[in-house]
Amino acid sequence: MKTGRLSDQFVAFFCLLGGWWLVASFVASPLLPAPLEVFEALSKEFHEQRLIESLLVTLQRVVISFVFAMLLGGIIGVLMGRFRLVNRILDPLLIILLNIPALVIIILLYIWFGLVEVAAVAAVIINKLPNVAVTLREGGRMFDHELEEMSVMYGFSFQQKLWHLWWPQLFPYIMIATRSGLALIWKIVLVVELLGRSDGVGFQLHLAFQSFDVATILAYSLAFISVVQLIEWFILQPLDRRASRWQKGGSNV
Amino acid sequence: MFEFHVEGLALSQKQVLSALSIRVQPGETHCLLGPSGSGKTTLLNLMAGLAQENVEALGNGAKDKNYWSPNPPEIGYLFQQPRLLPWRTIMQNLLLVEPDKEVVLNLLEEVKLQDYVDYYPAKISLGMARRVALVRCLLLKPELVLMDEPLTSLDLPTAREMRVLIKRLVCDHPTRSMLYVTHDLDEALELGDSVSVLGNVPAQVIYNSRIDEVSRNELEALLKH
Repeated sequence: MKTGRLSDQFVAFFCLLGGWWLVASFVASPLLPAPLEVFEALSKEFHEQRLIESLLVTLQRVVISFVFAMLLGGIIGVLMGRFRLVNRILDPLLIILLNIPALVIIILLYIWFGLVEVAAVAAVIINKLPNVAVTLREGGRMFDHELEEMSVMYGFSFQQKLWHLWWPQLFPYIMIATRSGLALIWKIVLVVELLGRSDGVGFQLHLAFQSFDVATILAYSLAFISVVQLIEWFILQPLDRRASRWQKGGSNV
Repeated sequence: MFEFHVEGLALSQKQVLSALSIRVQPGETHCLLGPSGSGKTTLLNLMAGLAQENVEALGNGAKDKNYWSPNPPEIGYLFQQPRLLPWRTIMQNLLLVEPDKEVVLNLLEEVKLQDYVDYYPAKISLGMARRVALVRCLLLKPELVLMDEPLTSLDLPTAREMRVLIKRLVCDHPTRSMLYVTHDLDEALELGDSVSVLGNVPAQVIYNSRIDEVSRNELEALLKH
């Protein structure tokens, strides 16, 4: 990441921190703790080994749900984008899924399958899948017809088409779905944990909510936001840069 | 000899081509002249076996999509635009067609692009991209090369350079045949051994001759027809 952009982000972060501290000092209420109190809560949760454990449990749920939602939603979306018949059949279902509130899906799956891990993860996948499908459907629709013809003419194998023709065209859409997916999935995972699991960040938030412990609520939120930001910096942005090298032209050397 | 025959071509249910036969001798360059919109590109796509939306071929060959006699030749198709994968370097583009790097490099040297192997297509000029596309086409070792106005949009010196390359690598090849679609008379007269002219609506071959048996004025008059 460029130093300039990083320093801009730190300036924004410290401005936010300063504003928060000012407002908290002015309000002086346990319902809006100052940054220092939140960091103390964070430290306490860390030393009592709840923070890392909860983060890992939630992260595991996020990763599993994300992978399945991206895979299934991606395949369905691309097929819908490429084949009109598939689109006609699945479009109404997609619209229904897009409009069912996340909470309804979560509650229904818990009622039908019990408060089990599979129901929790499935609820997250079902919530995210239609967004991925809609995004990737656009990607499938935007395939370059002329390059497609070229690949037929030059006898590309299926693997060659997949890796060299389709994947690069889908990549921007996959990145859009990934970014919005991560943001959405971890929020839904927290609701799922709050409603029906006995571990994870959502469960810890539930406990903190019962005692109106706002400092702990904010501590867990900050911790998870940091994790997502690290994923953005160290996985998504380098991937983005690598994949968009050709747009800047130049040589590969 | 390669003979292509189709009873007619309809584009979006409107007939654009009448019954048409084109014969190309081994080692010969046959130029197909015709005004814009006469269905030349659609015809080339059909010859190359590319499925086209809204295009319907008429006649017996259309059933099994075999319009060639005696057998369909090995075809290399140089599209009007280079159609290189923009996210792959020149070398990566070519290795998808011919995995032997040495063979690719030898051909790239022939078109003087050996120093650009690691460049992305966006960084090279249109003329260079057309040369890369020519190399890719030749890597297929085609018996018949289809070219669809490959000099369009090139400035004069670049077009001349490309014409010399096409002549050296395709026309002068002893066994390689070419069907060269253009609306430029000079190109046809310089590169062709024989020529067909498309005219009328729906288009049909209105003239067919050896190139040395026809004058520029005659061809000009036929194109205005």
